[in-house]
Order: sequence, then C-alpha cells, then structure tokens
Amino acid sequence: MQSSRTRIVGLAAVLTVATSLGAACGSAPATGAQTGASASAANSAATATSAADLGGLDKLVEAAKKEGQLNVITLPPDWANYGEIIKTFGEKYGIKVNSENPDGSSADEINAVKTRKGQDRAPDVLDLGTAFALSGAKEGLFAPYKVQSFDKIPEGQKDAQGNWYNDYGGYVSIGCDAKRIPACPQTFADLLKPEYKGKVAMNGNPTKSGSAFAGVFAAALANGGSFDDIQPGLDFFKKLKAAGNYNPVESTPATVQNGETPISIDWDYLNSGYTDQFAAKGVDWKVTVPADGKYANFYAQAINKWAPHPAAARLWEEFLYSTEGQNLWLKGYARPVLLPSMQSDGSADAALVAKLPKVEGTPQFPTDAQVTKAKEVLAAGWGAAVSG
Amino acid sequence: MIETTSAAPAPLPLKSRGEGGGRARTRSAGWTGALPLLVFVGLAFGVPAAALLGGAFTAGGAPSTANLTESLRGAYLTAMLSSVKLSAIVAVAGAVLGAFLAQAVVTSRLRALREAVLTASGVLANFGGVPLAFAWIATLGNSGVLTTRLGLGDLGWNLYSFWGLVLVYLYFSVPLMVLVIVPALDGLRPQWREAAQNNGATTWQFWRHVGIPVLTPTLLGGVVLLFGGAFAAYATAAAMVGTVVPLVTLQIADALAGNVLIGHENVALALSLDMIVVAGLVMAVYLPLQRRSARWLR
Repeated sequence: MQSSRTRIVGLAAVLTVATSLGAACGSAPATGAQTGASASAANSAATATSAADLGGLDKLVEAAKKEGQLNVITLPPDWANYGEIIKTFGEKYGIKVNSENPDGSSADEINAVKTRKGQDRAPDVLDLGTAFALSGAKEGLFAPYKVQSFDKIPEGQKDAQGNWYNDYGGYVSIGCDAKRIPACPQTFADLLKPEYKGKVAMNGNPTKSGSAFAGVFAAALANGGSFDDIQPGLDFFKKLKAAGNYNPVESTPATVQNGETPISIDWDYLNSGYTDQFAAKGVDWKVTVPADGKYANFYAQAINKWAPHPAAARLWEEFLYSTEGQNLWLKGYARPVLLPSMQSDGSADAALVAKLPKVEGTPQFPTDAQVTKAKEVLAAGWGAAVSG
Repeated sequence: MIETTSAAPAPLPLKSRGEGGGRARTRSAGWTGALPLLVFVGLAFGVPAAALLGGAFTAGGAPSTANLTESLRGAYLTAMLSSVKLSAIVAVAGAVLGAFLAQAVVTSRLRALREAVLTASGVLANFGGVPLAFAWIATLGNSGVLTTRLGLGDLGWNLYSFWGLVLVYLYFSVPLMVLVIVPALDGLRPQWREAAQNNGATTWQFWRHVGIPVLTPTLLGGVVLLFGGAFAAYATAAAMVGTVVPLVTLQIADALAGNVLIGHENVALALSLDMIVVAGLVMAVYLPLQRRSARWLR
C-alpha cells in the first residue's frame, strides 16, 4: 500500500517536471524565430556608426519604426524629466518604449548587458555614471555611434570613437523645506548648526548612490579637500553625525513630502524637480547650490553592442541630442551637455535656463583616476565615519 | 497495521528481519519519489553555489583568495560583526518574548484571543521590507507621529540606530516565534503537569525538569530561524538606517549593484560565502543540541 502510494507520488512529480520542461521547450523556438527576423532586418543598423552610414536620418527613422520597440533601463520618470522624454519619443516615432527597472543602478545596467546577450529583452540604450561608461567601453560592451551633433559635445565629455558621451548633469545642491525650517542652510558649513538636528539627509548612501557620492565630494571641496583628497568630506559627515544632524533615511519624494528629510543633499535637477512637484501640496522646497562646495557631474549615454533594436537605439540617441531632446532635459532642470553651444546659437529655451539654480563659474571635473581613488577611500572609510 | 500486530508475538529475530526488509523496500521507492526534489535542489542551490564559489575565489581573472581576505577586514569585517551581533540579539530576545506570548495565549481560556493572536502573527511575521521601514519611520522617525506628539526626540529617542533596528526586527520576529512555538506548547501534555504536581513538584520544578527540556528543540529551532531571518534581512535596513548600522547584506548590495563601486562584485560573492559559513556554524551548534533533546518529543 505504502510503496504504491510513493510510486504514484513519484509518477506525478515526474509528470510535472516533464510538462514544465515541455512548456519551456515549446516557448524557446518562438523567441529564436523573433530574434532571427529582427536581426536580419536591422543588420546594417547594428554596425552603423552614424546616421549617414544608413543613408541619412530619414532612413534611420524608417528602420527604427520597422523595429517598433525600444528597451530602456533604469530611467526613473521623475529624474531629469525622463518620463516626458520617453513619452515624447514614443509618440513622435510610433515606437513602443519598454522601460525596465526604473529605480535600478548603473551596475544593474552593465549586468543586464552582460547577461542578456542575444535576448530580445536586453536593454538597447544605457544611461550610466561616467566611471561605468569608461569601464564598459574598456570591456567592449558598447556600439560606437556618433550622433549628428557629436562635434558640438565639449572635449573631455565624450569618447573619441563615440562609445559613450555625456548627456546631462548638474551640481550638488541643498534642498530645504522652508515651511519646516525657518532659515534654510546656504552652505555646507551651515549644515553643522544645532538647529538642523536630525534633519540633513542624502539621496542614498555614498558607497552606492552616485548623487550621495557627489555630496561627499562636494563636502570635501567645502572643507579644504580637493579632487585628490576626499577625506575632508568623510570628516565633515563624521562631524555632522556627531552633531546629531545626519539623518540616514534615503531622501525620496515620499520622505521629502512627509517631512522626514526636510534638508536633502542631492543633484540640483532632482531637488528642483521636487519644487514643482510639491508646490501644489503645500511644501515650499527651496534649492541652493552651496557656494563653498560646488561639484558638478554628468551621466553618459551608450548603446548596447548587442542591442535587440539597433536602429531604434540609434534613433533614441539622435533624439536625445537634438534641440528638442536637450530642451526636454533642461525642462527637468538638468544641464544638457549641448547647453553651451545651444546658448550661443540661441536654440536653448531661455525661460528654462533662467529657472536653473544659480551657479558662478564653470564646472570642473575630477579625472577618472581621481574618482577611482576617491571611491576606494570612501568605501573603506564611510562606514566608520557615520556608524555608531 | 493489522500485519504488524499479528507479527508482534513472533520470535524477535524474525520480526526484526521482516521489518528491516520492508523498510529497505520503502526507502528505495521513496528515493525515486524524492528525485524531482533533489534535482530541483541541485539546480536551485547547486548552480548558484558553484557560481558563488567560482567568483569568490577569482580576482582579476586568476584564482586567488584576495576577495576572501578583503571581505574579512576593515569596513567589511565591521559589517559582518555588526550583522552577527544584531541577529543574535534579535534571535534570543525574539525567542524569549515570543515564547512567553505564546504561552500566555495557549493557557488563556479565550478561544477568540488565541485565534486573533495567531492570525495577527501570521500576517505580521510576513510584514517586512520597505513598507515596514516606512511604517516605523512615519510612526517613530525623527518627525514621526508618536515622536512629535510625545516629544520623544528631546528624550534622546533615535529610531535610526542599532537598537532602533533591533526593535523593528523584533516586530516581525516575535510573531514568527509565536507561530513556531504554539504547536509545541500544545503538545505539552496536561498529564505531565498533573503527574508532576501529584509528586509534589512546584511550577518552577515542572518547567525546569519537564517543560523546558521538552521544548528545547523548538526553542532552538526558533532561535536559528530568527537568526537567519535577521541575518539575511536587507530592504528594511537599507531604507531605514542606510550605512549608520553597518550590515553585511548592505555591503553586498553596495558592492554588487550600485552607481559608485566598480569591480567589487567578487568581494560581494566572498561576503556571501562568509554569510554561508556563519549560517553553517549556527546550524552546527543547533543540530547536535536538537538531536539530544528531540527524543523527548517522540
């Protein structure tokens, strides 16, 4: 009796496994066929290094429309106006944009490129921290492509072969809820005042979040450090923690709105975006770029070498670096990389430029080696600075 | 059943031989039945474990123990020790509190109370992650409802600390312990207590010599379970304390999936390996103790 029952259980289990295997096999040929079809149609697009290679922008649009889809990854809709950019692109060209993992990180993007070679759901285009763009290019993960306005991108903000180029950036800023904070801090030195006890937050932790890392770098510059020496930044946060002012909660629109993070060190475009978002909800969010710690940084665009929709990926880049695309970033308070040239030829939207937080002087950027060294110092010392 | 009763009076060697043969037969049949499970376990645990080992012992493309060395010093070591300390405190405190709560519920005459507590435990034991963190932040954070109403901030209250995190972890650990231990408490037969009382034992003596020894396997199992839960928890801590309380899971996330660190993936794998070793050590302490006291529950 007992053994026959086990036999039945075993049989049932074997059947289950067999059925699920069968189902898996059944779905496999379909995916294979799809990839094959799209690959043959867009063979030339996959190797094109400029729109001219395909016979001009019109031909690129045609090929992209034929593909009909674009996979983007880690583009939060409330980050630098990406929501509107995706919507405008989709409507303009009739291309369905599949947005994956909007809250992910640069490391997630690189992982997706590496692990999904040849799959339909691999990301087509990437928006990366500069360090990830550099290391990805070194590993040969990107398809070189030069957008039509490539020559206008300032030197030092693009790869000579077009493997990656900066897209938009901004300054580290201090956002402050003027309804809850009587006198908003204007500088890093201000943040140490006792009146800000438990109120100073960042957008994540600096060993993981790019904007928080920039916040530590800016604090270093404000406290006698340099691009070569981020340690004063760590010391500053140690002091901030000792004063009881450091608030470890990651600032998000939700924590800003309910007052848990009334002061937040973040990119100026994110903080400025909150101002609009919250005005209707009674939060008076003020944004300052601290004069004592000015630190600017840009993100970079790249095309996946194995993009499942190579033409759409290239069209997306052309769109982002068109006047329309650059002004859309500007609308999200980000400073697009073509802003200097657009200001000189008058194509930048002056009303939007006027709304950007005021900054004196031109931004300076640390070199790759300086950033790498700063990260090592940070990774080793950050926990010790703020824990306890 | 009938067969065994009829075989009982038969001579001893014969019986044992017969039983042994039967057991062997069922065991071999059982193995084939378990085969799909074993294949599943092999795939679901074996493949990641192999990948983890491979990665952890590779640095710069060559076999090396550099990742392991790195994972056991500096900030990573601090995080590991802090994780172990946090999990141990949560496990022991959660087990004790949960056991007392469960005993109160089991001995209560109110059927409705028992049902209510068990249902609530079932829900709360599964309440974790970011929603849990925000619930606590909204209630007891720096500008939380209770913090501002009761002026807790001026009294030195700070949710974003080691003990704040212990409190939040207990919030889901205690209900889990209740769920684990209630069946065991139900299994404590009233006759044992009556027998003890008839022989003049006090309540303390009953618990000291009967109750607690019988419950030990379940209590230990609960402690191990709570330890594992707290040791592996990530999302709640990430949303609530960031790096203020260094935890190994947070370090793994930073190294594996961030916008800042590049090339630390294999250190993250080495950290995972360290976690497996710690979990293995805890199990190694638990298993022999459990086996020793398990005979009471037969």
